[in-house]
Amino acid sequence: MKINYNFAFFDEGSKREIRRATLKAIAIPGYQVPFASREMPIARGWGTGGLQLTLSLIGKEDVLKVIDQGSDESVNAVNIKKLVKATTGITITGITTEATIIQSRHRIPETPLKEGQILVLQVPLPEPLRYYEPSEYETKKLHAEKEYSGAWLMLFEQIMNYGHMSTGADHPVMVHDRYVMAPSPIPRFDNPKMNCAKALILLGAGREKKIYAVPPYTRVRSLDFEDFLFEAESFQGKSCRQCGATGVYLDEILDDATGKTFYQCNDTGFCMQRLNGKPC
Amino acid sequence: MSDFEQPVLSVSLLNKQYGNGCASCRSSRRDRLIKNYCPVCGTVYACRDITFEVHAGEILGVVGESGSGKSTLMQCLYFDQDVSGGGAYISAYKNGQANIFAESSQQKRYIRNHIMGKVYQNPVMGLKMDFTAIGNIAEKLIAAGNRNVGRMEARGMGLLEHVNIPVYRAKEVPKNFSGGMRQRVQIAKALSNNPPLLLLDEVTTGLDLPVQASVLDLIKKIQRERDISVVVVSHDLGVIRMLADRTVVMLDGRIIEQGLTDQILEDPQHNYTQHLVQALLG
Repeated sequence: MKINYNFAFFDEGSKREIRRATLKAIAIPGYQVPFASREMPIARGWGTGGLQLTLSLIGKEDVLKVIDQGSDESVNAVNIKKLVKATTGITITGITTEATIIQSRHRIPETPLKEGQILVLQVPLPEPLRYYEPSEYETKKLHAEKEYSGAWLMLFEQIMNYGHMSTGADHPVMVHDRYVMAPSPIPRFDNPKMNCAKALILLGAGREKKIYAVPPYTRVRSLDFEDFLFEAESFQGKSCRQCGATGVYLDEILDDATGKTFYQCNDTGFCMQRLNGKPC
Repeated sequence: MSDFEQPVLSVSLLNKQYGNGCASCRSSRRDRLIKNYCPVCGTVYACRDITFEVHAGEILGVVGESGSGKSTLMQCLYFDQDVSGGGAYISAYKNGQANIFAESSQQKRYIRNHIMGKVYQNPVMGLKMDFTAIGNIAEKLIAAGNRNVGRMEARGMGLLEHVNIPVYRAKEVPKNFSGGMRQRVQIAKALSNNPPLLLLDEVTTGLDLPVQASVLDLIKKIQRERDISVVVVSHDLGVIRMLADRTVVMLDGRIIEQGLTDQILEDPQHNYTQHLVQALLG
């Protein structure tokens, strides 16, 4: 039996409720807005937050791109694309510049985002203070009072233990000089891309039932210390073995047979565009 | 009153009750309460009309039996609990003109981080057990606005050394430490921002005698060196005798007697205090 779902899977009331939470998140940059996270046909932790945002926003004219840790064709990305396609019939693309909505798990595309685009990030743990303070009740108060010593303390601990800030991903950021935010586990490399981005960035955590946002042209500053400044991962002297790109986030691949290390673009869509000789 | 004479801490008619009270206990508390408990409505009057002052460089002891309200008093002073009534004034905050209990939550946090330090009976309350010892000290420094790792590390190492924690253990987590070491880390943390007022809640309870002695010696040494004011709570009159210049005796949530420690020990006026002193002297 074929079930005829409403456009974009959700009923219109659900979409409206999620959009209301989204509007509030945009109005208060970096603030985590609770929302009634719906049951989805994919498991929690597999992008249900991002998917709910995407489905609540998508229109018939939209073009969607889905990325999973840089890859357009991973199982998670393909399944999400199939679901959206099946319930909306809209166009799916792999090209960042063509997309109006980009749903991404843990990466911001290498191609700079432009005005009018929406980047939806999937978030597993939206609370940047969670490892410092386990109680939601307390973290709410800490946010309300702009008391973020805990976020700096976690970085201080990393420096004491490893001699440097060792956040591989999810390095906390200060948004609009008010709220400290977990930028979903994007690599540090992507943090600076959020600062004054031209696109609207929405972050959704389905399991944790939170939506938050970075509106276009908003200041986003990665937390650091006077004597230990924030640094993104460096790929100096390395380039993609396929397209030759430099200055992008590279995956390190070890060839077991030869023991050699190769690097290639993490953003497969970007790499493909370059290989096809098209502008990124 | 000149600044010199102004007490560092002035507590006025502090009340803390658990429960709403009823017509019976509100109208005639003294007659109908069983100790500090209302048998009609179940309300507990943990602190009743507590009034005292702590002067610069003074150690004030608060002594009393278990359940007398000493720890509740300390929790109220450090904002761990909301008071039911009354006020407290700190000379280092708004020149002693503001009731700190009436301040906003943000201001209370400021007072905790800049003006007061507290050492808890249970180190789990005062320390983050999964963060390093030096991280625990840095927590207060960061909360006070420090953002320089080098300076915070130097300050933390200095404080840990001062409380006899070996520097090579500074980057260990306190859950690996002994009870005495944890208390010493708490003391270092409480002192990190040079507060003019230190609150010590049963700091030696649960420690063996030699460790108790070393912690008490440390507190005396630090108090002399820094000339800070200290409120020390203990059920052990021996600790109070060793540390306190003046002493407040609490029973059933009330102050029943206060005066110079020597005077309390040599010439106790209240029956309860007399029993307490007799027990101490054996």
